[in-house]
Amino acid sequence: MFASNAVHRVATGTMPPPPVTPLATRLARLVLAALTVVVLVFAWYEAEMNPAQLVRDAGNMATLGADFLRPDFTYWDLYFDSMLETLAIAIWGTLLAVIAGIPLGVMSADNVVPGWVAFGVRRVMDACRAINELVFALIFIAAVGLGPFAGVLALFIHTTGVVAKLFSEAVEAIDPAPVEGIRGTGGTWLQEIIFGVLPQVLPLWISYALYRFESNVRSATVLGIVGGGGIGMIFNDTMRSFQYSQASAILIVVIITVSLLDMLSQRIRKRYI
Amino acid sequence: MAAALQLDRVSKTYGAKAGPQLRAVDNVSLVIGEGERVALIGASGSGKSTLIRLAAGLVLADARGAGSAAVHAFGMRVQENGRLAREVRAARRNIGLVFQQFALSGRLSVMTNVLVGVLGRISALRGSLGLFNADERRTAYAALAEVGISQHAAKRARELSGGQQQRVAIARALVQGARLVLADEPIASLDPKSAKRVMDTLVTMSRDHGIALVVSLHQVDYATAYFDRVVAMNGGRVVFDGPASRLDAAFLTELYGASAEELILPSQFAVTAPAGADARTSQTVS
Repeated sequence: MFASNAVHRVATGTMPPPPVTPLATRLARLVLAALTVVVLVFAWYEAEMNPAQLVRDAGNMATLGADFLRPDFTYWDLYFDSMLETLAIAIWGTLLAVIAGIPLGVMSADNVVPGWVAFGVRRVMDACRAINELVFALIFIAAVGLGPFAGVLALFIHTTGVVAKLFSEAVEAIDPAPVEGIRGTGGTWLQEIIFGVLPQVLPLWISYALYRFESNVRSATVLGIVGGGGIGMIFNDTMRSFQYSQASAILIVVIITVSLLDMLSQRIRKRYI
Repeated sequence: MAAALQLDRVSKTYGAKAGPQLRAVDNVSLVIGEGERVALIGASGSGKSTLIRLAAGLVLADARGAGSAAVHAFGMRVQENGRLAREVRAARRNIGLVFQQFALSGRLSVMTNVLVGVLGRISALRGSLGLFNADERRTAYAALAEVGISQHAAKRARELSGGQQQRVAIARALVQGARLVLADEPIASLDPKSAKRVMDTLVTMSRDHGIALVVSLHQVDYATAYFDRVVAMNGGRVVFDGPASRLDAAFLTELYGASAEELILPSQFAVTAPAGADARTSQTVS
């Protein structure tokens, strides 16, 4: 009925014309499209994109692919040990970060500390997060030498910035009523945090910490490549010496370990949320 | 003997200095005696909650220069001239708070929520570590028994019904040894049966322990049934302060606005004509 009514109004010329996009909007869209194309072209050359090389070097690719399809587990015990080392790096890097992240996270939540404290702590945490683990690893390798400890320190600093932010966001989202309940009894600021804030945020905090542990296991693998210890270090060695079958075996070890840990951690996290 | 609660010329304005402002509480002075039970009535937005939060020092009054706005509880300063007093924590130990939304830590056990009441008088370190001794646990359990929910002591607070949670909050005030309990709409989110149970618990607690009680309420029938003294607020001011018997239908209708849906008149007011107009004016403190 409505449709036929509209048809009738168009036919009789009583229907107002449909709205037209203003010229300025249309021009702006055109400029935006042109700019996008310019950026893409510039980035193509800047990144030296060259698909032809994939075809030209097809021989290399074939060798690499063939070797990767025949994983060589001769040194499996070495891979296993190195994987354990990588896990150890992730465990301590995450644990130290969580320990530091708890007070720093509380201190960057502006509903429980004065605004200027939160602002200051947040800027420091921003700095920790802004710099990648790899860069921290290079710095700590210069300080404490090659090896897993440099990796632990690198993960520790970067992850502290991440968990402090996640922890503080959880604190900022709490229900203020229980905190006032504690304040009303004459409790101290610390007691307001312990009995009013922590019970509310703890499940989220545990979940965030486990999630960061998962991603730190992946990061710890990469840290080895720059000399931060663990399985990444031997992966780098095998690639440099063209031992692709061994590299393939190492990747398989990494994939299985990471998948198992993700599954386990996900199961634990689900129980807490 | 110092009053349980003394408010002197207290105002609270919400909103930015430049923007629109709301004067939630407007120059209120009020004295509550020890062991006295007072109902605080008034429409939504009349300033009841803000007044209670001012009394507990959860909200700071407007600063107005030296010697003005002050809140004292049992002679101890809670706040003065827009600043929390140095002794506010000590003053709060005497004040138990009961909120509309219970204000318990839902994941903690009922027992722990009640034990929180002792935080104000044990060492900060022991309290922060949650190391409550056997005596304190016995006291907490006894308080839970007194409000009739000791069988739920080990449960998480959030597993309890609204009425039960409110009684946990009352038990917390008991353990705290509060001599004044401020309850802000304690029954507003409860079903009628739980509401009655909670009001009974509050009043019995007040009577048995000589605890002064200030309860803000929507329901006028509760105010008249449970309290001798009623304080009515409108637009942030105290417009009535006197015995419940002096309230009348005309005043209550005016208090809640002509078309008020929230006005639940007690049965004795249903048909009576305004009678105590003169008596009422003499009690008005606005």
